[in-house]
Amino acid sequence: MNRNLIIGLIFSAIAILAALVSFIWTPFDHVAMNIPAKLQTPNLIHWFGTDHFGRDIFSMIMVGARTSIAVAFVAVGIGMGLGIPLGLWAAARKGSYVDELIMRANDLIFAFPSLVIAILITATFGAGAVNAIIAIGIFNIPVFARVVRGGAMPIWEREFILAARVAGKKAAHISVEHILPNVLNLLIVQATIQFSLGILAEAALSYVGLGAQPPTPSWGRMLADAQTLVSIAPHLALIPGFAIIITVMGLNLMGDGLRDYLNPRTRVARE
Amino acid sequence: MIRYTLKRFLSLCISLAVASLLIFFVIEIAPGDPASFMLGINAQPDTVAALRAELGLDVPKFERYLAWTQGMLTGDFGMSYTYRMPISQMVADRLWVSLPLALFALALSTIIALPAGIYAAARRGKTGDVAVMSATQLGVAIPNFWFAMMLVLIFAIKLRWFAGGGFAGWDKGLGAVMWSLTLPAISLALPQAAILARVMRSALLDVMNEDFMRTARAKGLTTTQTLWKHGLRNALIPVLTIIGLQFSFLLAGGIIIEQVFYLPGLGRLVFQAISARDLIVVESVVMLLVFAVIVVNFAVDLAYATVDPRLKART
Amino acid sequence: MSLLDITNLSLSIDGTPILRDVSLSVNTGEIVAVTGESGSGKSLTALATMGLLPTRSQTTGTITLEGQDLLTTSEADLCNIRGNNIGMVFQEPMTALNPVQTIGVQVAETILIHSTMSKSDAMARAADVLTRVGLPQEQFPLSRYPHELSGGQRQRVVIAMAIALRPKLLIADEPTTALDVTTQAQILDLLQDLARDYDMGLLMITHDLAVVSDMADKIVVMRLGEVVEQGETKSLLTNMQHAYTKMLFAASRHQVELPNLPASDVLLSVKNVVRDYTTPRKTVFGSKGVFRALNGVSFDIKRGERLGLVGESGCGKSTITRSILGLENVQDGEITLDGAPVFTGRKPNLAVRRKMQVVFQDPFGSFNPRHKVARLITEPFHLHETPLNQQERQRLINQTLTAVGLNPSDANKYIHQFSGGQRQRIAIARALIIQPDLIVFDEAVSALDVSVRAQILDLLANLSAKYNLTYLFISHDLSVVRTITDRVLVMQRGEIVEQGETEQVFTAPNHPYTQELIAAAPVLPDLQHLKG
Repeated sequence: MNRNLIIGLIFSAIAILAALVSFIWTPFDHVAMNIPAKLQTPNLIHWFGTDHFGRDIFSMIMVGARTSIAVAFVAVGIGMGLGIPLGLWAAARKGSYVDELIMRANDLIFAFPSLVIAILITATFGAGAVNAIIAIGIFNIPVFARVVRGGAMPIWEREFILAARVAGKKAAHISVEHILPNVLNLLIVQATIQFSLGILAEAALSYVGLGAQPPTPSWGRMLADAQTLVSIAPHLALIPGFAIIITVMGLNLMGDGLRDYLNPRTRVARE
Repeated sequence: MIRYTLKRFLSLCISLAVASLLIFFVIEIAPGDPASFMLGINAQPDTVAALRAELGLDVPKFERYLAWTQGMLTGDFGMSYTYRMPISQMVADRLWVSLPLALFALALSTIIALPAGIYAAARRGKTGDVAVMSATQLGVAIPNFWFAMMLVLIFAIKLRWFAGGGFAGWDKGLGAVMWSLTLPAISLALPQAAILARVMRSALLDVMNEDFMRTARAKGLTTTQTLWKHGLRNALIPVLTIIGLQFSFLLAGGIIIEQVFYLPGLGRLVFQAISARDLIVVESVVMLLVFAVIVVNFAVDLAYATVDPRLKART
Repeated sequence: MSLLDITNLSLSIDGTPILRDVSLSVNTGEIVAVTGESGSGKSLTALATMGLLPTRSQTTGTITLEGQDLLTTSEADLCNIRGNNIGMVFQEPMTALNPVQTIGVQVAETILIHSTMSKSDAMARAADVLTRVGLPQEQFPLSRYPHELSGGQRQRVVIAMAIALRPKLLIADEPTTALDVTTQAQILDLLQDLARDYDMGLLMITHDLAVVSDMADKIVVMRLGEVVEQGETKSLLTNMQHAYTKMLFAASRHQVELPNLPASDVLLSVKNVVRDYTTPRKTVFGSKGVFRALNGVSFDIKRGERLGLVGESGCGKSTITRSILGLENVQDGEITLDGAPVFTGRKPNLAVRRKMQVVFQDPFGSFNPRHKVARLITEPFHLHETPLNQQERQRLINQTLTAVGLNPSDANKYIHQFSGGQRQRIAIARALIIQPDLIVFDEAVSALDVSVRAQILDLLANLSAKYNLTYLFISHDLSVVRTITDRVLVMQRGEIVEQGETEQVFTAPNHPYTQELIAAAPVLPDLQHLKG
């Protein structure tokens, strides 16, 4: 286990724990307004202070973690669920029209600025967590397809795959039995990267009001609300910002750490 | 080379065609009718119908699509429902804000990232590398709109070096424009620079393991000379692709940043149009942004082929 | 005083000792060959001389070039020496050149670093050097890029870069290992020629003992980081002292006794096979090209026969192998095993596939690193119509592992726990386990050390006797083919140019290409001949 992996796990765990614990307990009710207590800086009662409606920021952060993580997680799920089979298929049929088609479609989606399209989708079909998930998820599909195909292609050239073909195994069988386990490393690392990108994307969409709608809390919207008050109450912007940064950093560090940990070459060198 | 260019151009045309279809399609199946939205809940049905006719909404979809695409090819983006102005005029003004912003941010990002990445690769494993890597880890995790808020807090509100937002206007001269775009460009550029620096570093490290680097050393080149004369050019090939992609991120990211700094760019136009359900404006601006991105990718592909002789030969 | 004197060189990397008290010398105009198996430390000795060792290396001892100790020379001074006084040629020509620079620029660079010539003068000099190494300007202008050249041509460019300034010492680290037999002969001739012509000392690293015996004035034999024996070629060959040297040379000329071939009928029949590949369009509106990989190939293999197939890269060996195994379809012609066609329409016949198996070249890449040996060698069971029960499966695993000289308990280990030779035994086990009628050995011993190779050849001979194997043995190594086959086919550019009994073809080849191949292949000298 290397340092990146450990720090990454800790940071990510903080966010995930906050989200999970929020289902059973938060210090205060995150929607409860308390105008007399508004705009408090962090203190012993309200650990992160209160916002302009007197709501407890710590509780809002905890519940907001749910949104960020859920959206990013399901978006990654969509990307992997559709992208991996497509990538495996393209690699198995390398050079054929199937491969060409999948690669062209990939390139096409990559050519689109994802944020703009995400805004388009959520604007047209309605803002909300579900549409945000779909918008972000769609752009995860070509990423995973490309990563899987890129990792699978050299493996298809390896002699043990040839041996499996001589043994009479079909391409689909080989893809699942031999190729997939050997690209798993690449996929896990990419998943952590897409997860962190998903969190950033969700925050951006929520910031412009196109993500999860009130009363569902979201870190991005907390930042939007904080904008006009940033000069008098900077903690309103700093704290959700830090929450995003720590979660994203945690996931990225985890991805880096996993990449080194899972790579037999770098791992052996250290042992 | 010609074959490669033609192939890429064909790709570009197909992408644009598919993009226009998709964008049009998405807007078409959007719930709600612009005319009734504009006139409000209590509007009379025939008023709504009249407005629809006036806006050209009762023409069959396919005809509208053709009219729209044909118009775009000649620079005519149609009329906005809400502003009753030619969209091309609205877009032209905003473009002169969004485009300079994206270019400024791209320049900043490249100037910061490439030297940082090269430095980190050359000092791999040592303090310099660790410092750069830590900084970039932080940089990629920062949401650019939050960073923008922080910059406004420190440099505009506390230090009063910059205005808190707003655009100087081109009539005030290049200097004033650059000044009003500085904080926005920095907030866009820094997170992208973090990504670019990492890519530069990893591309250079990959190249440093190649056999031809060892051959260069065997000729008598020092490690530094080998890095600059042989390593860098090869490493820049993948970096070039990323720089091209960055432009599209910056153009898109600018949309959000404009909200923070109250810049009258394409972003603000899009969001205003979304609130007003002026979907034809949304359509056209999105199409324009997609067009810019696709064209930049095409340019990058061509540049790629000029730099790497193997590509010219392969096609 | 010698040109190069390595005295008591010891090297450790990260604390692990790699070289121990290595001493050797090279005189001006002398060719010294350093030989040994993998892990002997030969390459690191060469890198130490150039000062290109990995960063965490510690050295003791001296390496003097004309009196100057290179180990204590500063890096800046070493940069002046490299390319100027010492040139080096490496093993992999395909990746040794910068892909985005022309060959002219790369060769001229050596000149420009060490002299004050103008750019145009340096380019002119580069043109001269390239012509000298066999790349004349008319066909290979300075504006060529590396990807436009073949492996042999790229190696000539690397040699040109190394000798451009007529260094006193040229080091060549396995310069021809990655090349075809005929190209190898040309490059070795070139190196010898240059050494004599420029009066250079040549330090040649190679594992190929035949090359060593042919070319070298002095031989240095290394093993596990130490020099076990060295001396003038002729005296060393006639009077070997160390047991390892004797073992090495014996293994190199190792021959096996194949059991006699009984009369039998035809097992595999290949008739007029044609295989075409489409190549990309050259011009925008031109038609797609066609490359004919196999042009009417026909041959038979009788039951119990051991057939060899030799040829250089691009001759179609791999294509015909894949077609026989049912991995690729052919455009024309027919391949039948025991009368049944390998392909029906576009689909391979599993019943026929079941009767054929293959052993590949790469002992490291042939296996999925995540599976245990038991699972790896039973992969062909997939071809069985009815799955075997557990007992039968286990019995076959044990039997096959024992037959290849391993232990039944090895079935529970992972592949990385075995050496290269052992992995090839496992590969052979995988091929044997379903008792196929025909086994194809595709360069199966080419990646092995010479001593291990001898053992595997013995194993093949044993299995041949025990199981009456029929096999097709493909190799570029003529000496191996000569001992392990009854009959041999020679392929060139998609056609069989000669076939016949192995000994016959080797001693009296008919076709000019066969003659060229055999002449090019370096042979270990007959020791009786030397002594006498």
